[in-house]
Amino acid sequence: MEKIVVEDVYKVFGPSPKQAIEMLKKGHSKAEILEKTKNTVGVAEASFSVKEGEILVVMGLSGSGKSTLVRCLNRLIDPTAGKILVDGIDITGLDAEKLRRFRLDHLSMVFQNFALFPHRTVMDNVAYGLEIKQVAVAKRRERAMEAIVQVGLKGNEDSYPSQLSGGMQQRVGLARALALDADIMLMDEAFSALDPLIRSDMQDELLQLQEKVQKTIVFISHDLDEALKIGDRIVLMKDGYIVQTGTAEEILTNPANEYVAKFVQDVDMAKVITAESVMLKPKEMAYYETDGPKSALRKMKHSHISGIFVRKDKKLMGYVSADDAAEAIKRGDNTLEKVVKTDIETVNFDTPAVEIIPLLARLPYPIPVVDEGNRLRGVVIKGSLLAGLAERGTE
Amino acid sequence: MEMYRIPVGRVVETIINFLVENFAFATRGFAALTSTGIEWIVSALMYPPPIVVILIFTGLAWFLSKSWKIGLFTLLGLLLIWNMQLWGPTMSTLALILVSTLIAVGIGIPIGIAAALSDIAYKIITPILDVMQTMPAFVYLIPAIPFFGLGAVGAIFSTVVFSVPPCIRLTCLGIKQVPKELIEAADAFGSSKWQKLFKVQLPIAKTTILAGINQTIMLALSMVVIAAMIGARGLGGEVWRAIQRLEMGRGFEAGIGIVIVAIILDRVMQAYGGKGQQQTQQE
Repeated sequence: MEKIVVEDVYKVFGPSPKQAIEMLKKGHSKAEILEKTKNTVGVAEASFSVKEGEILVVMGLSGSGKSTLVRCLNRLIDPTAGKILVDGIDITGLDAEKLRRFRLDHLSMVFQNFALFPHRTVMDNVAYGLEIKQVAVAKRRERAMEAIVQVGLKGNEDSYPSQLSGGMQQRVGLARALALDADIMLMDEAFSALDPLIRSDMQDELLQLQEKVQKTIVFISHDLDEALKIGDRIVLMKDGYIVQTGTAEEILTNPANEYVAKFVQDVDMAKVITAESVMLKPKEMAYYETDGPKSALRKMKHSHISGIFVRKDKKLMGYVSADDAAEAIKRGDNTLEKVVKTDIETVNFDTPAVEIIPLLARLPYPIPVVDEGNRLRGVVIKGSLLAGLAERGTE
Repeated sequence: MEMYRIPVGRVVETIINFLVENFAFATRGFAALTSTGIEWIVSALMYPPPIVVILIFTGLAWFLSKSWKIGLFTLLGLLLIWNMQLWGPTMSTLALILVSTLIAVGIGIPIGIAAALSDIAYKIITPILDVMQTMPAFVYLIPAIPFFGLGAVGAIFSTVVFSVPPCIRLTCLGIKQVPKELIEAADAFGSSKWQKLFKVQLPIAKTTILAGINQTIMLALSMVVIAAMIGARGLGGEVWRAIQRLEMGRGFEAGIGIVIVAIILDRVMQAYGGKGQQQTQQE
């Protein structure tokens, strides 16, 4: 059963969208159109369908138009041309009030950065859709509570979002979507903002939950592993166009073109693989406030490492090598002040492997991976990077 | 050679005269109503002995700000005002501020919402606010007299005009600052425009709107003093009389009274707004 059918959808941002579509059909490129008409093509000739009860992953790198495409499905963004049929009804023609009813009855959404209402408790966030639907208070609370229990947040219903961790916040986002009992769930990079471990857990839980609730899910992701893991089928996008649609197996073994082949094979893995997926948990850390050279060196010996990262005020401060620490002990230093190297290179979760390789070759220490708060979240060493690349190559 | 002079002043005068001739009966009627209201508030504040009112205000300040320091300052400040025999003028000033702030907020918040939600409204309102905020405050006193007569209501009119811009601006800003993804979430869950406004935009903008109201109160306080020139009584009236008679001491005392009222209102509003902040800040 086809739940959603998308037929030849275009989205063009700019002053003269219709003109841009004409030009696209005549074979002009996106860059040409942008230069001549100041129109940006977000999505072009998108056609695919979603079966009832399946998880379809729309996958692509950033800027590929996947977020725009999914926002066309609930018309947070109005498509410029094309048809979107849900249960056989073309939703592109709905007026404002009918669209509102349609969203209430059929669609719920989970957002990348959670988009929880900060002034509402977990309970009131989860019940938001029901409140809009004007469900009676008692019934509303009961349904919201069921959803909260489903995502494993029982006991937190009176907390505010700011009191919860990222993973818990996204559970609230998920519960808010589940409580509405809509048959379609749109998930926009729902797990991308979470730590790798929590992300993996959430993916497992989503799959378990899906066994029970059997919703039709359209899931946006830029992460190939995530797409392979949770998608029944995958739609692969590049520069606004859909380049291939199929099951994970089909895409891996029978790539439609060069791009897909590169995307899924080791050739380009160095660009696809990020620091986050190849980093190791740091074995040990020194604390600037409490560790002197002696205890730092002891920690290094204990973990069989030749240097150690130093933390100060919960932030990554620098790096001390075993040799420097030994020197400091000889001199009789009590603190790491003189030996800690503070001008070290760091990378982010989504730094691609191609950028890490030269760093590893040049620098005498492992490459630290830090988050926005400059907290050390992992280290990349030569072994872990090579293993990560090799593993993807054989898939 | 004589230059042609563009009759800006004459045009404005003609317009105001026209409005006065045709609408003054309405504004005068409104003036009568408002001035009864103010007299009523002042007599209510003056009816119980000052010490009772002082204790009530102290309790209120403490309760709203949840800070004993602000409560203690309120108590001591008001006692000093009473001791300087400025109790009556202070109560008149408070009544003027109360009424003009209520009117300013009543006008300002809806206009701020309109400016935030409609680009056209925003483009019309912003330049008007720019003019209102750069025009010297004294200028507003002039049209107040023909429309509302000398006294409290004229003062309130010019005070409202002078103090409403920050309320409009910050309401608009607060709503525009609501993160785009929260608006998307509200839309995606089928909220109507009004539901979105009252359940998402206004509650999240609350802290910013309160900051705007706070500024409006502070501006109202400074204008209420200037408005003494057109016969508003209160602490401003005391200052104005002291200027005319060169009574330095008396003028200074009234000035201290104004400062005390300003600090109390500001600290209570800020502490109250700050409490909202803790709830709304994310992560």
